[in-house]
Amino acid sequence: MNRQTYIQLQNITKSFGTVVANSKIDLSVHKGEIHALLGENGSGKSTLMNVLSGIYTPDSGSIIIDGREVCFKSPADSIAMGIGMVHQHFKLVEVLSAKENIIIGQKGNFFINQKRLSEQIGKLARKLGLDIDPDKKVYNMSVGEKQTVEILKVLYRGAEILILDEPTAVLTPQETQKLFDIMRKMREMGCAVIIITHKLNEVMEISDRITVLRKGEAVATLDKSATNINELTELMVGRPVDLSIKRLENQKKETILKVSNLTLVDDDNVKVLQNVSFDLSKGEILGVAGVAGSGQKELCEAIAGLYEVYSGDIRYEGESLVGKTPREIIKKGVSMSFIPEDRLGMGLVASMDIVDNLLLKDYQNHKGFLIDRKPLKEKAEQLVKRLDIKTPGVNHPVKQLSGGNIQKVLLGRELDSNPHLLITAYPVRGLDIGASYTIYDLLNEQKAKDVAILYIGEDLDVLMELCDRIMVLCNGEITGIVDAAKVTKEELGLMMAGVCLEKIKGGSSYA
Amino acid sequence: MDAASLAAYAALFLTAAVKAGTPLLYATLGETITERSGNLNLGVEGMMLMGAVAGFQFGLITRNPLFALTAAMLAASLGSLIFAFLTVTLRANQVVSGLSLTIFGAGIAGFIGQKLSGQVVPASVKAWFYPVKIPLLGDIPGIGQILFNHDILIYLSYMLAIGLGIYLFNTRKGLNLRAVGENPAAADAAGIGVSLYKYVHILAGGALCGLGGAYLSLVYVPAWQENITAGRGWIAVALVIFVAWNPYKALLGAFFFGGLDILGLYLQKFDIKVSQYIINMLPYIVTILVLVFTSIKKSKENAPPKALGVPYFREDR
Amino acid sequence: MLRISKRTDLTKKQYIQLRLAAVIMALFTSGIFILIMGQNPAAIYFAMLQGAFGSFYGLRETIIMTIPLVITSLGISTAFKMKFWNIGAEGQIYMGAFAASYFALNHHDMPKPFLLLVMAAASIAGGGLWALIPGFFKARFGTNETLFTLMMNYIAIKWITYLQYGPWKDPNAKGFPIIAAFKETAILPGFMGIHIGLIIALALVALMHIFMYHTKKGYEISVIGESENTARYAGMNVKKIIVAAILLSGGLCGLAGMIQASGVHGTLSVDVSGGIGYTAIITTWLGQLSPALIMLVSFLFAALVQGGSYIQTVFQIPQAAASILQGMILFFVLGSEFFIQYKINFKKEGI
Repeated sequence: MNRQTYIQLQNITKSFGTVVANSKIDLSVHKGEIHALLGENGSGKSTLMNVLSGIYTPDSGSIIIDGREVCFKSPADSIAMGIGMVHQHFKLVEVLSAKENIIIGQKGNFFINQKRLSEQIGKLARKLGLDIDPDKKVYNMSVGEKQTVEILKVLYRGAEILILDEPTAVLTPQETQKLFDIMRKMREMGCAVIIITHKLNEVMEISDRITVLRKGEAVATLDKSATNINELTELMVGRPVDLSIKRLENQKKETILKVSNLTLVDDDNVKVLQNVSFDLSKGEILGVAGVAGSGQKELCEAIAGLYEVYSGDIRYEGESLVGKTPREIIKKGVSMSFIPEDRLGMGLVASMDIVDNLLLKDYQNHKGFLIDRKPLKEKAEQLVKRLDIKTPGVNHPVKQLSGGNIQKVLLGRELDSNPHLLITAYPVRGLDIGASYTIYDLLNEQKAKDVAILYIGEDLDVLMELCDRIMVLCNGEITGIVDAAKVTKEELGLMMAGVCLEKIKGGSSYA
Repeated sequence: MDAASLAAYAALFLTAAVKAGTPLLYATLGETITERSGNLNLGVEGMMLMGAVAGFQFGLITRNPLFALTAAMLAASLGSLIFAFLTVTLRANQVVSGLSLTIFGAGIAGFIGQKLSGQVVPASVKAWFYPVKIPLLGDIPGIGQILFNHDILIYLSYMLAIGLGIYLFNTRKGLNLRAVGENPAAADAAGIGVSLYKYVHILAGGALCGLGGAYLSLVYVPAWQENITAGRGWIAVALVIFVAWNPYKALLGAFFFGGLDILGLYLQKFDIKVSQYIINMLPYIVTILVLVFTSIKKSKENAPPKALGVPYFREDR
Repeated sequence: MLRISKRTDLTKKQYIQLRLAAVIMALFTSGIFILIMGQNPAAIYFAMLQGAFGSFYGLRETIIMTIPLVITSLGISTAFKMKFWNIGAEGQIYMGAFAASYFALNHHDMPKPFLLLVMAAASIAGGGLWALIPGFFKARFGTNETLFTLMMNYIAIKWITYLQYGPWKDPNAKGFPIIAAFKETAILPGFMGIHIGLIIALALVALMHIFMYHTKKGYEISVIGESENTARYAGMNVKKIIVAAILLSGGLCGLAGMIQASGVHGTLSVDVSGGIGYTAIITTWLGQLSPALIMLVSFLFAALVQGGSYIQTVFQIPQAAASILQGMILFFVLGSEFFIQYKINFKKEGI
């Protein structure tokens, strides 16, 4: 295998305002290798790769490709050097077709020859074993299809350096395997492949060499064969960590939430949730697994009174919630927090300070027209102290806090209302390991207080360790409810892809 | 009125509608490519006025229609250059920038035009814009008279509409332009020079608005009068929505709106007492209906460019 | 090579300096323009100041112009706060004036205070409902409100034109297309040589300040503006609040229309607004949706317009020149926004 250094980043520094995202990073990648960029959220992986793909201009440092120093003024320069990046948030034009997205920005004949283009793309796709309809519009595509288009877009340009930013976040375990096959194929073709990830087991599976980033600095580059998960974790976090989450055992207690035959339809009359039935008891954590967009959000919203119920029933402490207003449901002790992909936007108001964000769930209890901020200011100060939220002050806009601190504000506020039922979706989204564990501890604390918790998660390992039971959703239907201690990841993966539990287990359910 | 004379009268009306629609068509095409690049320039009225006054003034001085039209395009592009610099380079609010451009353009036209009031276009210039019948096409009964017995600028507007349609939907550059207006971050990542595309199309759009203005002062009126555009720039903004950012549809839409513009005049003959002011509302009402229908149908194809009005900054996080 | 990055560290002092620099540069550039016209810029600027503030008459005109600008801007700011880009203030002013005029023309035998109250209520309803049409479609179907409200302006103006030239034309006006003047009972009482609208405007600035920053409804509006989803998750009835806020927004613009018709023009006409609805978008935006700042910016803008018409009479410079100056100042102030939001770093090529 060719061991020459192909890409070399030297001394790259990049800051945004006062935040230093990359500090004096060195990185070298060879031809024909899969190089993993490992680091926690916020460690500067994406920033570094955005520098390499010409989207960000570094404050200082140099980029050397194939022995030549280059200076990227725009992504066009980077593309010209054979670099292609598949971004975590896809950069596709929704109203255009797959093939149009693939050729935008490309040089070629002034007029577009539609037929020849479709043939070309079809050929390329077959060579890589990809399945694609060149004329399908992006807005009609699933996440997996979109990713295929992104990869084709990069390869169509003949990229020799492929950068993938958290590509598996949206995929089922099976789809992930398919992606890994493509990556291996590219390695055989002599390309350099860089994969950004924070998932250790993926790193161990796919990569040849690994560079670990921590707080914007490159702490080590290792051969995969010479390292192990424990060492990598320690490098990532900066101290030895125990990665196991303790599961509090719970005795079966009384049911607090009973959902039966719940069906929801969206504006286009498409069923987004179909015949969903489950129950949740006090002091239990019920996990919900599924590919993004399988109906998780709609389920949360239906319980919170934000999504109209088409048919079926939701009973909370014996009383139906269907038809109740969100306000009434909040008053009954149901708390719902949903962390969307951009992390702000649901639950918190980015430009407002902590006081005004606490006000969000409190202002309707004030009498009269006016708002009294004084008691809340004290409450905010207590919250900052209790959860160790790092902020210059309670009157500082929350968007300027770090991700972990923002989520602490959100969860802190929700817990402050002493809920009986806590629905929390993706509460650790974007958090580093330390902050994630703080959140898990907070959830366990609530569990010990007999709060029932519906936990919508992404990371299967965490779901399996934290929850008592896991319910798997696929296309709005339950494909299984299993005991978290007994299920395997592969089984969860199959269920997420739509295979029913009965089929996997040959008809025997063990939930 | 018998059937034959009714048909003749209808043909007369439609011929006039095409002519009345021409300044709208130019401005609509200009604003279409501007908005396709993701920039909402509400300064159309201002740019048309700048084009109208520059074209007229240079027509008077040089007595050469080509110089006059060039001056009109340059003047209006200059206005759109200010807009482009503010909104693309300095990322200023597009609505406010466009409104400011309208104030500015109206000011320039009023200022220069003060000395031009009442003057007429020199005969040597006018002669260039007499109707010319196109051989063969012009002989088709009905259609020939309505579409192919016009002045040269009208023929140019047909070609422009078709040319821009081909450009937008069948060429790489046009595809890139649509990508810029829909999702500049994606376009940028694909190696398209987003700012360059925006500048070029805003400037070209301005030039077309200028031509639309010059058509009014040099051909349609053809004399100088204060506020010569009389709100046509705003109708063009409406038309862009009405034709769903599509140059081909603009061709038909402009003639339809042009027809509405003169409908009251032609209805007088039938003793139909509909106020012209009520008829004048129709373009805006139909535009609203189109806007509402596309949003109800959630049509992705006829929706405004997604990034319309949003400034783009590559390093936004 | 230039590098641009977002800035977060701007002090209030730097902010004011940047804004002032923009205005000074605009005046400088316009000065060159004035020089080319063969006039002395210093003399013209001085005359403008004199025209706007130098005499009781000038100051009065400036304030009269400020009043509708402030009220309309307050209305627009309510919608903008919610990220509802209402650029239909012009139409809402006309429809407010229209609704008020209906009572002024047909029921002028009511007692004066009562009639004025009815007119005010009608104008608020007129402007509010006119704004509600695009608001409804926005809330229900997500119809683009910028373009919708813009279209509504033209429909309103054509409607008033229709009335003025048609059914409401004063038969005693010797064929002139004007609407009959309001009777005394429908005219706003004077106040300090101006009209009572001054008090209304000042009161509204104070009220809107309290409303925006210290009431539940104001808080809800700002939450919705930041994120509708957050508002929904907090249990707010988003659609209801949007509708209420848009009614308020359009209502205030409508009230400005009534004040113009009843306090300034003495009747309804197509000149009742004359672009205030558009100018107010600019003042709202420059005033950053803050009632106090809006008042300041509106006053300065009115002074610019008033000074502009003064130099027209003194120097025989066409009024259009004042529009050019206005445009110029706006361009520079708009441009200065960039330097408030972003920082430019110079660095050597090729690091």
